[in-house]
Amino acid sequence: MRLQKNTLAALYSVLEFAAHPERQLSAAGIARKYRISPHHLSKVLRSLGRAGLVESARGVGGGYRFTGNAKRLTLLDVIGLYEDISAPRRSGRKSARREAEPGGAAAIEVEEAVAVVLAEIDEIAKATFRSITLDTMLKLIGRRRK
Amino acid sequence: MALKAARNAVRVRGAQAGDLGQVIEIDAGITGLRKPEYWGEILQRYGSGRRQQRFFLVADAAGRIEGFVIGEVRDWEFGSPPCGWVFAISVRPDARQGGVGTRLLEAICDGFRRLGVTKVRTMLSRDNHLILSFFRSQGMMAGPFIPLEKDLEP
Repeated sequence: MRLQKNTLAALYSVLEFAAHPERQLSAAGIARKYRISPHHLSKVLRSLGRAGLVESARGVGGGYRFTGNAKRLTLLDVIGLYEDISAPRRSGRKSARREAEPGGAAAIEVEEAVAVVLAEIDEIAKATFRSITLDTMLKLIGRRRK
Repeated sequence: MALKAARNAVRVRGAQAGDLGQVIEIDAGITGLRKPEYWGEILQRYGSGRRQQRFFLVADAAGRIEGFVIGEVRDWEFGSPPCGWVFAISVRPDARQGGVGTRLLEAICDGFRRLGVTKVRTMLSRDNHLILSFFRSQGMMAGPFIPLEKDLEP
Protein backbone atom coordinates (compact mmCIF):
# COMPACT_ATOMS: atom_id res chain seq x y z
CA MET A 1 0.00 0.00 0.00
CA ARG A 2 1.29 3.46 -0.86
CA LEU A 3 0.02 6.73 0.52
CA GLN A 4 -0.38 9.86 -1.59
CA LYS A 5 1.88 12.89 -1.09
CA ASN A 6 -0.96 14.84 0.52
CA THR A 7 -1.55 12.07 3.04
CA LEU A 8 2.12 11.88 3.97
CA ALA A 9 2.34 15.68 4.32
CA ALA A 10 -0.72 15.59 6.59
CA LEU A 11 0.83 12.82 8.71
CA TYR A 12 4.15 14.71 9.03
CA SER A 13 2.18 17.76 10.15
CA VAL A 14 -0.19 16.21 12.66
CA LEU A 15 2.61 14.17 14.22
CA GLU A 16 4.75 17.30 14.47
CA PHE A 17 1.86 19.15 16.11
CA ALA A 18 1.05 16.21 18.41
CA ALA A 19 4.68 16.03 19.54
CA HIS A 20 4.56 19.75 20.48
CA PRO A 21 0.92 20.44 21.32
CA GLU A 22 1.74 23.63 23.20
CA ARG A 23 3.59 25.24 20.31
CA GLN A 24 2.45 27.19 17.27
CA LEU A 25 4.21 25.83 14.21
CA SER A 26 4.64 27.53 10.87
CA ALA A 27 4.00 25.82 7.56
CA ALA A 28 7.48 26.93 6.46
CA GLY A 29 9.08 25.28 9.50
CA ILE A 30 7.32 21.96 8.94
CA ALA A 31 8.05 22.09 5.19
CA ARG A 32 11.76 22.67 5.90
CA LYS A 33 11.99 19.83 8.41
CA TYR A 34 10.31 17.27 6.14
CA ARG A 35 11.67 18.68 2.85
CA ILE A 36 8.33 19.24 1.22
CA SER A 37 6.97 22.18 -0.76
CA PRO A 38 5.65 24.97 1.54
CA HIS A 39 3.00 25.81 -1.02
CA HIS A 40 1.78 22.21 -1.09
CA LEU A 41 1.91 21.97 2.71
CA SER A 42 -0.15 25.16 3.11
CA LYS A 43 -2.97 23.51 1.17
CA VAL A 44 -2.71 20.40 3.33
CA LEU A 45 -2.78 22.50 6.53
CA ARG A 46 -5.85 24.33 5.30
CA SER A 47 -7.59 21.00 4.77
CA LEU A 48 -6.53 19.86 8.26
CA GLY A 49 -7.99 23.13 9.55
CA ARG A 50 -11.28 22.44 7.79
CA ALA A 51 -11.31 19.00 9.43
CA GLY A 52 -10.86 20.66 12.83
CA LEU A 53 -7.45 19.16 13.57
CA VAL A 54 -5.47 22.42 13.51
CA GLU A 55 -6.33 26.09 13.67
CA SER A 56 -4.40 29.04 12.36
CA ALA A 57 -2.91 31.12 15.11
CA ARG A 58 -2.95 34.88 14.94
CA GLY A 59 -0.43 37.24 16.41
CA VAL A 60 3.35 37.24 16.44
CA GLY A 61 4.73 34.52 14.22
CA GLY A 62 1.32 33.23 13.19
CA GLY A 63 1.36 29.59 12.18
CA TYR A 64 -0.88 26.77 13.26
CA ARG A 65 -1.86 25.17 16.53
CA PHE A 66 -2.99 21.58 17.14
CA THR A 67 -6.61 21.26 18.23
CA GLY A 68 -6.91 17.49 18.15
CA ASN A 69 -6.38 14.97 20.93
CA ALA A 70 -3.32 12.84 20.21
CA LYS A 71 -4.63 10.04 22.43
CA ARG A 72 -7.88 9.87 20.47
CA LEU A 73 -7.01 10.86 16.92
CA THR A 74 -6.14 7.81 14.84
CA LEU A 75 -4.24 7.27 11.61
CA LEU A 76 -7.57 6.44 9.99
CA ASP A 77 -8.93 9.88 10.95
CA VAL A 78 -6.06 11.55 9.11
CA ILE A 79 -5.54 9.15 6.23
CA GLY A 80 -9.28 9.01 5.59
CA LEU A 81 -9.24 12.73 4.76
CA TYR A 82 -7.10 12.09 1.69
CA GLU A 83 -7.40 8.43 0.73
CA ASP A 84 -10.57 6.72 -0.36
CA ILE A 85 -9.92 3.64 1.71
CA SER A 86 -13.55 2.91 2.35
CA ALA A 87 -14.48 2.84 -1.32
CA PRO A 88 -15.65 -0.57 -2.43
CA ARG A 89 -13.24 -2.12 -4.84
CA ARG A 90 -14.41 -2.97 -8.30
CA SER A 91 -16.94 -5.55 -7.34
CA GLY A 92 -17.27 -7.35 -10.61
CA ARG A 93 -20.92 -6.41 -10.70
CA LYS A 94 -22.78 -8.52 -13.17
CA SER A 95 -24.20 -6.79 -16.15
CA ALA A 96 -26.39 -8.50 -18.65
CA ARG A 97 -24.17 -7.14 -21.45
CA ARG A 98 -20.93 -8.47 -19.94
CA GLU A 99 -22.44 -11.83 -19.13
CA ALA A 100 -23.51 -12.17 -22.72
CA GLU A 101 -19.95 -11.58 -23.98
CA PRO A 102 -17.87 -14.70 -24.73
CA GLY A 103 -16.12 -15.58 -21.45
CA GLY A 104 -17.96 -12.74 -19.71
CA ALA A 105 -19.59 -14.89 -17.04
CA ALA A 106 -16.30 -16.64 -16.25
CA ALA A 107 -14.49 -13.31 -15.86
CA ILE A 108 -17.23 -12.01 -13.57
CA GLU A 109 -16.94 -15.08 -11.35
CA VAL A 110 -13.20 -14.56 -10.89
CA GLU A 111 -13.59 -10.82 -10.33
CA GLU A 112 -16.22 -11.40 -7.67
CA ALA A 113 -14.00 -13.87 -5.83
CA VAL A 114 -11.05 -11.47 -6.07
CA ALA A 115 -13.27 -8.68 -4.72
CA VAL A 116 -13.99 -10.78 -1.63
CA VAL A 117 -10.24 -11.16 -0.98
CA LEU A 118 -9.56 -7.46 -1.60
CA ALA A 119 -12.39 -6.49 0.75
CA GLU A 120 -10.76 -8.65 3.43
CA ILE A 121 -7.46 -6.81 2.95
CA ASP A 122 -9.25 -3.44 3.11
CA GLU A 123 -10.95 -4.36 6.35
CA ILE A 124 -7.66 -5.37 7.96
CA ALA A 125 -5.98 -2.16 6.73
CA LYS A 126 -8.78 -0.02 8.11
CA ALA A 127 -8.76 -1.81 11.47
CA THR A 128 -5.00 -1.30 11.68
CA PHE A 129 -5.18 2.44 10.89
CA ARG A 130 -8.09 2.83 13.29
CA SER A 131 -6.21 1.18 16.17
CA ILE A 132 -3.16 3.46 16.04
CA THR A 133 -3.48 6.88 17.64
CA LEU A 134 -1.05 9.74 17.03
CA ASP A 135 0.24 9.22 20.56
CA THR A 136 1.00 5.58 19.74
CA MET A 137 2.70 6.64 16.49
CA LEU A 138 4.95 9.04 18.42
CA LYS A 139 5.91 6.20 20.75
CA LEU A 140 6.61 3.96 17.75
CA ILE A 141 8.83 6.63 16.18
CA GLY A 142 10.62 7.05 19.53
CA ARG A 143 11.25 3.30 19.82
CA ARG A 144 12.61 3.11 16.27
CA ARG A 145 14.97 6.01 17.00
CA LYS A 146 16.67 4.05 19.82
CA MET B 1 0.55 13.95 37.87
CA ALA B 2 -3.03 12.76 38.45
CA LEU B 3 -2.32 9.74 36.25
CA LYS B 4 0.74 8.86 38.32
CA ALA B 5 -1.20 9.21 41.58
CA ALA B 6 -3.99 6.98 40.26
CA ARG B 7 -1.49 4.37 39.14
CA ASN B 8 0.26 4.40 42.52
CA ALA B 9 -3.01 3.98 44.40
CA VAL B 10 -3.60 0.64 42.70
CA ARG B 11 -2.06 -2.64 43.80
CA VAL B 12 -1.96 -5.51 41.31
CA ARG B 13 -2.29 -8.93 42.92
CA GLY B 14 -3.62 -12.41 42.22
CA ALA B 15 -7.39 -12.74 42.08
CA GLN B 16 -9.10 -14.36 45.06
CA ALA B 17 -12.57 -15.79 45.59
CA GLY B 18 -13.69 -12.59 47.33
CA ASP B 19 -12.93 -10.56 44.18
CA LEU B 20 -15.23 -12.56 41.95
CA GLY B 21 -18.37 -10.49 42.58
CA GLN B 22 -16.65 -7.30 41.44
CA VAL B 23 -15.04 -9.03 38.46
CA ILE B 24 -18.45 -10.34 37.35
CA GLU B 25 -19.89 -6.84 37.78
CA ILE B 26 -17.11 -5.20 35.72
CA ASP B 27 -17.49 -7.77 32.95
CA ALA B 28 -21.29 -7.52 32.95
CA GLY B 29 -21.09 -3.71 32.81
CA ILE B 30 -18.92 -3.89 29.69
CA THR B 31 -20.35 -6.89 27.86
CA GLY B 32 -23.96 -6.65 29.06
CA LEU B 33 -23.88 -10.33 30.09
CA ARG B 34 -23.66 -11.71 33.65
CA LYS B 35 -21.67 -14.94 33.59
CA PRO B 36 -21.11 -16.04 37.20
CA GLU B 37 -20.54 -19.70 36.31
CA TYR B 38 -17.98 -18.84 33.68
CA TRP B 39 -16.08 -16.59 36.08
CA GLY B 40 -16.21 -19.24 38.79
CA GLU B 41 -14.54 -21.67 36.40
CA ILE B 42 -11.96 -19.09 35.36
CA LEU B 43 -11.07 -18.50 39.01
CA GLN B 44 -10.73 -22.25 39.53
CA ARG B 45 -8.39 -22.55 36.58
CA TYR B 46 -6.45 -19.31 36.78
CA GLY B 47 -6.88 -18.01 40.35
CA SER B 48 -4.01 -17.46 42.79
CA GLY B 49 -1.63 -20.35 43.18
CA ARG B 50 -3.45 -22.71 40.82
CA ARG B 51 -0.83 -23.21 38.18
CA GLN B 52 2.46 -21.46 37.67
CA GLN B 53 1.83 -20.75 34.01
CA ARG B 54 -1.58 -19.14 34.54
CA PHE B 55 -2.39 -15.64 35.72
CA PHE B 56 -5.58 -14.00 36.91
CA LEU B 57 -4.62 -10.61 38.32
CA VAL B 58 -6.76 -7.79 39.67
CA ALA B 59 -6.07 -4.09 40.20
CA ASP B 60 -7.07 -3.38 43.78
CA ALA B 61 -7.62 0.22 44.91
CA ALA B 62 -8.31 -0.04 48.64
CA GLY B 63 -10.70 -2.94 48.19
CA ARG B 64 -12.33 -1.72 45.00
CA ILE B 65 -11.39 -3.87 42.03
CA GLU B 66 -10.69 -1.46 39.16
CA GLY B 67 -9.85 -4.05 36.54
CA PHE B 68 -8.43 -7.47 35.82
CA VAL B 69 -6.23 -9.32 33.37
CA ILE B 70 -6.06 -13.02 32.57
CA GLY B 71 -3.49 -14.95 30.60
CA GLU B 72 -1.15 -17.87 30.50
CA VAL B 73 2.01 -19.21 28.98
CA ARG B 74 1.25 -21.60 26.17
CA ASP B 75 3.89 -23.96 24.87
CA TRP B 76 4.37 -24.72 21.20
CA GLU B 77 0.88 -23.75 20.23
CA PHE B 78 0.64 -23.28 16.45
CA GLY B 79 4.31 -24.29 16.34
CA SER B 80 5.33 -21.22 18.34
CA PRO B 81 7.95 -21.39 21.11
CA PRO B 82 6.44 -20.76 24.58
CA CYS B 83 4.85 -17.32 24.74
CA GLY B 84 2.50 -15.39 26.97
CA TRP B 85 -1.12 -15.05 25.89
CA VAL B 86 -3.38 -12.37 27.30
CA PHE B 87 -6.95 -13.38 26.69
CA ALA B 88 -8.88 -10.89 28.80
CA ILE B 89 -8.27 -7.41 30.11
CA SER B 90 -10.93 -5.07 31.46
CA VAL B 91 -10.97 -1.82 33.40
CA ARG B 92 -14.01 -0.16 34.92
CA PRO B 93 -15.14 2.64 32.59
CA ASP B 94 -14.80 5.23 35.37
CA ALA B 95 -11.25 4.11 36.13
CA ARG B 96 -9.96 4.33 32.55
CA GLN B 97 -7.27 6.76 31.39
CA GLY B 98 -5.65 6.37 34.80
CA GLY B 99 -2.97 3.83 33.89
CA VAL B 100 -4.79 0.83 35.44
CA GLY B 101 -4.72 -1.19 32.21
CA THR B 102 -1.04 -0.41 31.78
CA ARG B 103 -0.30 -1.61 35.34
CA LEU B 104 -2.21 -4.83 34.74
CA LEU B 105 -0.48 -5.54 31.45
CA GLU B 106 2.93 -4.74 32.94
CA ALA B 107 2.23 -7.10 35.84
CA ILE B 108 1.20 -10.04 33.69
CA CYS B 109 4.17 -9.42 31.37
CA ASP B 110 6.46 -9.48 34.45
CA GLY B 111 4.92 -12.85 35.31
CA PHE B 112 5.59 -14.13 31.79
CA ARG B 113 9.18 -12.86 31.97
CA ARG B 114 9.77 -14.68 35.23
CA LEU B 115 8.80 -17.87 33.41
CA GLY B 116 11.44 -17.15 30.78
CA VAL B 117 9.03 -15.99 28.09
CA THR B 118 10.09 -13.18 25.76
CA LYS B 119 6.94 -12.69 23.70
CA VAL B 120 3.38 -11.73 24.58
CA ARG B 121 0.41 -12.17 22.26
CA THR B 122 -3.26 -11.50 22.25
CA MET B 123 -6.15 -11.73 19.82
CA LEU B 124 -9.28 -9.62 19.64
CA SER B 125 -12.00 -8.51 17.34
CA ARG B 126 -10.91 -5.87 14.84
CA ASP B 127 -14.12 -3.99 15.75
CA ASN B 128 -12.93 -3.65 19.33
CA HIS B 129 -11.32 -0.25 18.73
CA LEU B 130 -10.87 0.60 22.40
CA ILE B 131 -8.86 -2.45 23.41
CA LEU B 132 -7.03 -2.60 20.08
CA SER B 133 -5.88 0.99 20.62
CA PHE B 134 -4.86 0.13 24.18
CA PHE B 135 -2.67 -2.80 23.10
CA ARG B 136 -1.20 -0.68 20.30
CA SER B 137 -0.37 2.06 22.80
CA GLN B 138 1.54 -0.57 24.78
CA GLY B 139 3.76 -1.25 21.77
CA MET B 140 2.02 -4.35 20.45
CA MET B 141 2.11 -4.85 16.69
CA ALA B 142 0.56 -7.34 14.27
CA GLY B 143 2.16 -10.74 14.76
CA PRO B 144 3.12 -13.38 12.22
CA PHE B 145 -0.12 -15.36 12.61
CA ILE B 146 -3.36 -14.81 10.74
CA PRO B 147 -6.57 -15.99 12.38
CA LEU B 148 -8.88 -17.89 10.06
CA GLU B 149 -12.38 -19.21 10.57
CA LYS B 150 -15.39 -20.57 8.77
CA ASP B 151 -18.99 -21.40 9.52
CA LEU B 152 -19.59 -25.07 10.19
CA GLU B 153 -22.58 -26.24 8.27
CA PRO B 154 -24.76 -28.79 10.04
